Amino acid sequence: MYIRHSPLNSRDSELDRFRFRIAFAASVVVLAFAILIGRFIYLQIIQRDYYTTRAEDNRISLVPITPNRGVILDRNGIVMARNYSAFTLEITPSKVESLDETIEGLGKLIEILPKDRRRFRQLLEESKSFESLPIRTRLSDQEVARFAANRYLFPGVEVKARLFRQYPLGAIASHALGYINRINKGDLAIIEKHEQEANYKGTDHIGKTGLEQKYEFQLHGETGYEEVEIDAGGRAVRSLARTVPVSGNNLTLTLDARLQEITEKAFGDRRGALVAIEPSTGGILALVSTPSFDPNLFVDGIRTEDWEQLNNSPDRPMVNRALNGAYPPGSTFKPFMALAALELGKRTPNQTISDPGFYNFGGHVFRDDKKGGHGLVDMYKSIVASCDTYYYMLANDLGIDNIARFMGSLGLGQKTEIDIEGESEGVLPSPEWKKRRFKRPEQQKWFAGETISIGIGQGYNAYTPIQLAQAMAAVANDGVIYRPHLVRYITDSRTGEKTLIEPKPLRTLPWKQQNIDTIKNAMIGVNKEGTGARAFSGAGYVSGGKTGTAQLFSLKGGDYKAGNLKQELRDHALFIAFAPADQPKIALAVLVENGGFGAQSAAPIARMVIDYYLLGKLPNGPVQDDETPEEEE
Amino acid sequence: MFLKLLYRFRTRLVEHIDGPLLAISLALMAFGLATVYSATYDANSRALSQLLNMLVGLAAMWGVAQLPPQKLMRFAVPLYILGVVLLVMVYLVGVKINGARRWLPVGFTRIQPSEILKIAMPLMLAWYFNKYEAALSFRHYLIAGLLLIVPFGLIAKQPDLGTAILVGAAGFYVIFFAGLPWKVIIGMTVAGVSAAPFVWTMLHDYQRKRILTLIDPTTDPLGSGYHIIQSTIAIGSGGSFGKGWLAGTQTHLEFIPERHTDFIFAVFSEERGLLGNCILVALYLLLIARGLMITANASTLFARVLGGSITLSFFTYAFVNMGMVSGILPVVGVPLPFMSYGGTALVTLFLALGILMSIQSHRMLVKK
Repeated sequence: MYIRHSPLNSRDSELDRFRFRIAFAASVVVLAFAILIGRFIYLQIIQRDYYTTRAEDNRISLVPITPNRGVILDRNGIVMARNYSAFTLEITPSKVESLDETIEGLGKLIEILPKDRRRFRQLLEESKSFESLPIRTRLSDQEVARFAANRYLFPGVEVKARLFRQYPLGAIASHALGYINRINKGDLAIIEKHEQEANYKGTDHIGKTGLEQKYEFQLHGETGYEEVEIDAGGRAVRSLARTVPVSGNNLTLTLDARLQEITEKAFGDRRGALVAIEPSTGGILALVSTPSFDPNLFVDGIRTEDWEQLNNSPDRPMVNRALNGAYPPGSTFKPFMALAALELGKRTPNQTISDPGFYNFGGHVFRDDKKGGHGLVDMYKSIVASCDTYYYMLANDLGIDNIARFMGSLGLGQKTEIDIEGESEGVLPSPEWKKRRFKRPEQQKWFAGETISIGIGQGYNAYTPIQLAQAMAAVANDGVIYRPHLVRYITDSRTGEKTLIEPKPLRTLPWKQQNIDTIKNAMIGVNKEGTGARAFSGAGYVSGGKTGTAQLFSLKGGDYKAGNLKQELRDHALFIAFAPADQPKIALAVLVENGGFGAQSAAPIARMVIDYYLLGKLPNGPVQDDETPEEEE
Repeated sequence: MFLKLLYRFRTRLVEHIDGPLLAISLALMAFGLATVYSATYDANSRALSQLLNMLVGLAAMWGVAQLPPQKLMRFAVPLYILGVVLLVMVYLVGVKINGARRWLPVGFTRIQPSEILKIAMPLMLAWYFNKYEAALSFRHYLIAGLLLIVPFGLIAKQPDLGTAILVGAAGFYVIFFAGLPWKVIIGMTVAGVSAAPFVWTMLHDYQRKRILTLIDPTTDPLGSGYHIIQSTIAIGSGGSFGKGWLAGTQTHLEFIPERHTDFIFAVFSEERGLLGNCILVALYLLLIARGLMITANASTLFARVLGGSITLSFFTYAFVNMGMVSGILPVVGVPLPFMSYGGTALVTLFLALGILMSIQSHRMLVKK
């Protein structure tokens, strides 16, 4: 093709051709470099902002700083819930190649018990994908140092300083305080509902029950953020800026921690509940449900054994009996019945009946506890001696509608709206209630005979201890009824400003003062010369009370086979009281499950509580049952 | 006497050295050293060892520059045969690292024979065309193509697409400058385009993935798209004047992979911005322009086609590397000339410079 004819001539033309190719190559080079420059202009001028943002996003990571959870104090400033800082060993599963090998390796440095592994597995199942999960909590300084020296061997594992919730009083008041535990899916839905997702970025615990749950969004605080420069491996290189977290607000309770403790100790190993209220405000002084549990167990994830033990125990320690347990009030119902009679004009204080020891209604005999009867009985005696016949007759005279209406006004059979969750309504019997409760028409009908036993607090009657305490407080407070509440004020952690939970009267019942005085006087008589006299002998104050015995009614029909059979067959003992009589500072309701007569086991607990609250008198241990035969209630 | 000796020594030293080429490559090396330092100073600095590589390279360049092209010609056949034999050995007994069989164990170390072909290939083809200069026919282009395709295939098979492209391009440039008819070039281009789908099926999975992620890096942001995404972020965030030396966040927080070798341009670009990029591109352009000038004035066909091929190889290196780092070409393992860290590649580049200088300084000898 390129065979030349003349060497000289062809040589020049070939050189020309070659130089043309050089020029061609040069223009390709210039064109290619022009494309490159164009690309650079596109990236570095036109798209510059976009890529700058991308680079910033790459390098800056917003790390949430969890705020300190608010502290919970009792009315005297005793700390009931606080935080302490401890080191935890945490694994980020997404950054670890083999979890088993990592945990195995860590186990050689730091003690990791089987329960730690089990808890870790459990957390792993529940966790969001990118969080770090604790494999060990509460590391000692030595353990922290040992890990730090070997850290390079464990990518994806780090020691973090975390705040832990602590309940210094242990099991005391656990039903009121509640507990916190790791956030689960249900909690996430609540957080979303309150539009708090951003604020919970770094939080992994949330209040599950009690005050911890109810005041969650007060206690939590505002999450702070740290802008951290991170490298491609996600390790923090340095801190760029910091928004300080705002601690949660502190709660100051109406509760008296010492009173609470004494009361819980007074119960000993009995099951039961006590609610003590300050009548003039509705502030709860003590809220007891026994047995209780140690909320500290939940703080870093409860162990399965503990959880099963708490849930499967026949004594049901997780049930808050004070709010959730509904019991027939027994004879503690009588003062309220008597007040209804006075207010509705069905009885006068001095009107007497003759009690033969039974009451015959429609061919059915309703027996009085005292054989042969109490003889002539007026209103005072009907309460002091707890005469059943008086109230059988009265119930019939009042009629079920009047009873239901009056008891309803006292708050019985409805939620008190106390500031913790888990309340049950109880049962305020009425024809309407029966219609709602039963499905079949033959069951829905109210029989007049059913009204009779309602009069002595039996039958369908079922009220929670807090309802009884609220009703007692209403009478003690001359008809002004308050919503029971646990929190006295909330202290804003930023300003120190205290927001009082204003004790607003729910309603003022239009009772005549002389009627109230009649009832109070009769209740004073109970503790002076009646069924409460033995428990309150020698008290340095005047108090009013009423014993009660509820026919056996086990919680939610639960089976109590594990315990002492004989004890299980005993009735529940109840006692309601207020003191001092002239200006009541405390009103309470006590329930002892299977405690027998109210005078026997419930009244002595009430005495101990009031002694401490009014006189500062410390008990010498749990209340002993008064086993001496008692006049019947 | 002593002064005279010194003068002679100086004359001897610079006799065959081309001033402009040396000045441009020194400027590039200064940029390169500063960037290697920035890319590595916070871990284990490679700047000093890169400086040593450069000194070795300069010595090699000087040595080659002393040799007249006629002597260089003698190396062509043995070097080519050695390279191909070693490549066959790699194919048979090579060491496999990261899924690629590129290395040959030689006692205490291992060598990468494909590197030899970067020089041996253009040398061989230039020798071949020079030998048949008097009677070049179409047959010779075919044979040249065969000489090219064998090592190219062996290298591509390793697989090492980057080096295969460089070697293939170097060989093609020789054939091009030797006068491959335009008809054939256009015909091959058309054939190449139409064969693309067929070639696609022959590519390795990872090579296909690279091309696919190039088209849309976001399809695999944590896998093979990661490199391209991070390097374009680095370049784009550099803006007009860059973030400043040692101040590139993408670089120093380790978002850029291979930041002192194949992706060093991302480091440079992030810290020096568009201005730095333009200066760098201008330096490469000057280097290529000087190379083409030398080539145009070369006296023999051997020198012309060899010089042209070497010069355009510099272009290939620079364009492919900057193109891939800025996301307009697929990621292939091609270093940025005089910038990327790495002794072997650097020495190869200096040898190429030396050849150009030899061509330049010995051009008159032939005429004389």
